[in-house]
Amino acid sequence: MLKPIGRYILLMLRVFKKPDKVKIFRKQLFTEFQSLGTDSLGIVAIISVFMGAVVAIQTAYNIDSPLIPLTMVGFTARQSMVLEFSPTIVSLILAGKVGSRIASEIGTMRVTEQIDALKIMGINPPNYLILPKITAAILYNPILIVLSIIMGLFGGWLACIVTQLVTSQDYISGLRYWFEAYTIFYALIKTVVFAFIITSISGYFGYYTTGGALEVGRASTKAVVFSSIFIILFNLILTQLLLA
Amino acid sequence: MIEAANISKSFGEKEVLKNISVQFEKGITNLIIGRSGSGKTVLMKCLVGLFNVDKGNIFFDDRDFSNMSIKEKRDIRQELGMLFQGGALFDSMTVEQNIMFPLSMFTKKSIEEKLERVNFCLKRVNLENSNKLFPSELSGGMIKRVAIARAISLQPKYLFCDEPNSGLDPMTSGVIDNLISEITHEYQITTVINTHDMNSVLEIGEKIVFINNGELWWGGTNQNVLKTNNKELNDFIFATELTRRLKK
Repeated sequence: MLKPIGRYILLMLRVFKKPDKVKIFRKQLFTEFQSLGTDSLGIVAIISVFMGAVVAIQTAYNIDSPLIPLTMVGFTARQSMVLEFSPTIVSLILAGKVGSRIASEIGTMRVTEQIDALKIMGINPPNYLILPKITAAILYNPILIVLSIIMGLFGGWLACIVTQLVTSQDYISGLRYWFEAYTIFYALIKTVVFAFIITSISGYFGYYTTGGALEVGRASTKAVVFSSIFIILFNLILTQLLLA
Repeated sequence: MIEAANISKSFGEKEVLKNISVQFEKGITNLIIGRSGSGKTVLMKCLVGLFNVDKGNIFFDDRDFSNMSIKEKRDIRQELGMLFQGGALFDSMTVEQNIMFPLSMFTKKSIEEKLERVNFCLKRVNLENSNKLFPSELSGGMIKRVAIARAISLQPKYLFCDEPNSGLDPMTSGVIDNLISEITHEYQITTVINTHDMNSVLEIGEKIVFINNGELWWGGTNQNVLKTNNKELNDFIFATELTRRLKK
């Protein structure tokens, strides 16, 4: 139990060193922006639109009392997307997409001796391979989450218009009702922590892969499972710390 | 010269290297031979620092590699080139980028100078005009040659080759062997080759050490490897019916 934690901490100490060449780090960072961030735009947008639509429809159908105004649909959609759906659910989806990719990429490099080749050249492999991924995710995931919030709210609006359950005016006034900017800050803090969890845990499982193709697959699965568990755990901790 | 002095290495209860002392000379091809599982790959990985030895010392031209700081080890590593069994080329990079990689990391050369060096190395391994190919587009022999080109791009003092002929046909194996031998003599590199290919042993084995069960069992040259009375070495060399018939 303690051995993997110790290994993870030691790995992170090697990751967070000054890059050997800043120019090469910058180049890798932009490559990771593309592969970890831009390539996820499509899936994040689609999921967010449908999540927002479902939240809006479910809320509208559950408002029975005439005392509850229909503006609550917009309000609920906004609060759900900002507080929970976008930062947590999208991060869980990214743990699956990005986490498995990182673990399998680094794991394959390990079993094909590419990491040994880096080490023999005198390069610090964790720093070279994992730091750009962590940095890219920490910088890019907040953009993805803001996009997810926007797309989710748009999805809710679209569902209201199409189903004619709530008027556009009611929905938009609900969105504006009792808005606290702190909730966005809370969502972004969670996103940054989750981005670190996804990339560092996946990097860890990839880096310590031993064996062949089967083990690379196992490392990839473990990366997704453990990233998801830690996202859920830290979701609780951060919610308690930031909202209580 | 590379010297291993009384090195031992264990994995758990299993002692893989037992008090090995050996010297690898400059400007010649030094071969480590032995059966699968005899400890020759572990010995090579200890020499290049991929494994830390439990006991003993490793010297690169009298510099004690095993007791160096991380920074000093990094400096020595820039003098090392290694050819891995599978080539270990970076999949995401082209041939040109693979060879240019060490130059970009450790030199301040301009892009033109780096390109010139890349083309020189590619020419040296007879792979001109393959700059833009990816490793997935190369044959086994080409992968090995690109790996050699990458290994020599920083003009190393020490070259390590882990089973350079594995998975290659006899003709391509000969080409790779000759290439390594030529490069060794041309640039006066200390080359250490890990192999169980008998053609390599006889063709380019200027100094040979035989490892058996983690112990240094025999040392000599390709001139006397066939004449030895060492039983374990004879069993290893004349393991097939064909070689036994040839001996007779």
